[in-house]
Amino acid sequence: MAKELLKIEHITKSFDETVILRDLSLTVKEGEVLVIVGPSGCGKSTFLRCINGLETIQEGSIYLDGEKINDRSANLEKVRQKIGMVFQNYELFPHKTVLQNITMAPMLVQKKPKAEAEKEALSLLERVGLSDRKNFYPRQLSGGQKQRVAIVRALAMHPEILLFDEVTAALDPEMVREVLDVMLDLAKEGRTMIVVTHEMSFARAVADRIVFMDGGNIVEEGTPSEFFDNPQTDRAKKFLSTFSFDRIEKKDEYAGNPI
Amino acid sequence: MDLEVMKEYMPLYREAFFLTMKIGWIGILGAVIIGFAAAVVRLLKIPVLHRILGAYIELFRNTPLLVQLFFLYFGLPKLGLSISAPFCGALGLMLLGGAYMAETFRSGFEAIPVLQTETARALGMSKFQTTVHVLLPEALSVSMPGFTANMIFLLKETSVFSAISLMDLMFTAKDLIGLYFRTVECLTLLVVFYLFLLLPVSILGSIVERRVRYAEFGA
Ligand SMILES: Nc1ncnc2c1ncn2[C@@H]1O[C@H](COP(=O)(O)OP(=O)(O)O)[C@@H](O)[C@H]1O
Ligand SMILES: [Mg+2]
Repeated sequence: MAKELLKIEHITKSFDETVILRDLSLTVKEGEVLVIVGPSGCGKSTFLRCINGLETIQEGSIYLDGEKINDRSANLEKVRQKIGMVFQNYELFPHKTVLQNITMAPMLVQKKPKAEAEKEALSLLERVGLSDRKNFYPRQLSGGQKQRVAIVRALAMHPEILLFDEVTAALDPEMVREVLDVMLDLAKEGRTMIVVTHEMSFARAVADRIVFMDGGNIVEEGTPSEFFDNPQTDRAKKFLSTFSFDRIEKKDEYAGNPI
Repeated sequence: MDLEVMKEYMPLYREAFFLTMKIGWIGILGAVIIGFAAAVVRLLKIPVLHRILGAYIELFRNTPLLVQLFFLYFGLPKLGLSISAPFCGALGLMLLGGAYMAETFRSGFEAIPVLQTETARALGMSKFQTTVHVLLPEALSVSMPGFTANMIFLLKETSVFSAISLMDLMFTAKDLIGLYFRTVECLTLLVVFYLFLLLPVSILGSIVERRVRYAEFGA
């Protein structure tokens, strides 16, 4: 039985008067890949941002490795090193080369010697097929390449859990695959991951568990086949139906008779 | 055009050139410090101070330097505070430049998306590290063209110093023309010395600009 790595208990998050997340609880085990799906604006990004303290929560508790991390006394800079996050728009630092983007935090935050940080960065770049781009600036890379660098940058801190927020949503279709393949690879390796995505077939392939969010809370959860093949709630059914098209029936006079 | 006459005037121009340059650069240095501090205060929205500096910026950006200098040079003594002409010139330039630099730096800071600094924080970097290694370099690279333009603008503005009897380039030229009527020679020297003052800034500025901005914006 794998240990519980991340435990979220009854958290509530509001912006001013508007409640975004209400009484949300969730547990992620070590090595588990959790995929969160749900309509736009339901609070998925906000939820991920609460986990690493980019947003503060009003109620509830978050534990990482048994340690409460949403306390005033918690050292957020320590906690964040254990939580890697990858954003939709890559957010590479435009004034730094690929290599510098990756080694910056290990050197500044974890005080790694430059040579060691670079060696590790290079082997990670190798893994995602980008070692020949190490001296490029972000503006010289394609979207898919930028996102792979962003993933490597997060990995270089040796996080215990990775958060992915719609990391392929800004990519051209032909680049989506190269990023998803990297994530599949990480999942296979046994990394603990929370993935927010709209790529349903990827979700089915990578997830140990699917969580369906709507209106700031978890509406349904289950294994990929439970969720995709046999959704229980009307809201989940309605959501899933937006990803498929029914075969259209053309009126007789048009059938086989294009105008 | 009489080269002999020009040669004769050279020492006077050279002296005025160094005076103009000295006051100009002290003014620019002060302007950068004031502008940077004001931009940070405005960015952090430090209460009260933020509004005061906002008023200062609007006041100095919307009045001519000549008027500001008159106020400092002729107005302050009436309030019992009298300052020397060179100090007055440098102070006026600092205050005018500070207002312009503040706006340039501020727009640089504001051009950096919040997510950039959040990303640095998400990687475990402290506020200070994020500011020094992400926010400042990115903002500076955005502000660089405005920064060079401001420097050139300020150096050109020194030409009104003669109004407070500072023996700068403009003063020297006007004085000599008035005395000897060698208008062509005097004006030619004036142009040449202003070019000496400004061309290096333009050239150096664009070299530094290209270097600073290469990473982000390419050649
Ligand atoms: N900084 C903010 N201030 C106010 N409202 C916000 C802020 N960030 C997000 N929201 C609101 O919170 C809700 C959830 O947003 P988000 O977490 O981005 O949803 P999702 O990622 O599921 O599309 C949205 O209605 C959004 O408008
Ligand atoms: Mg989102």
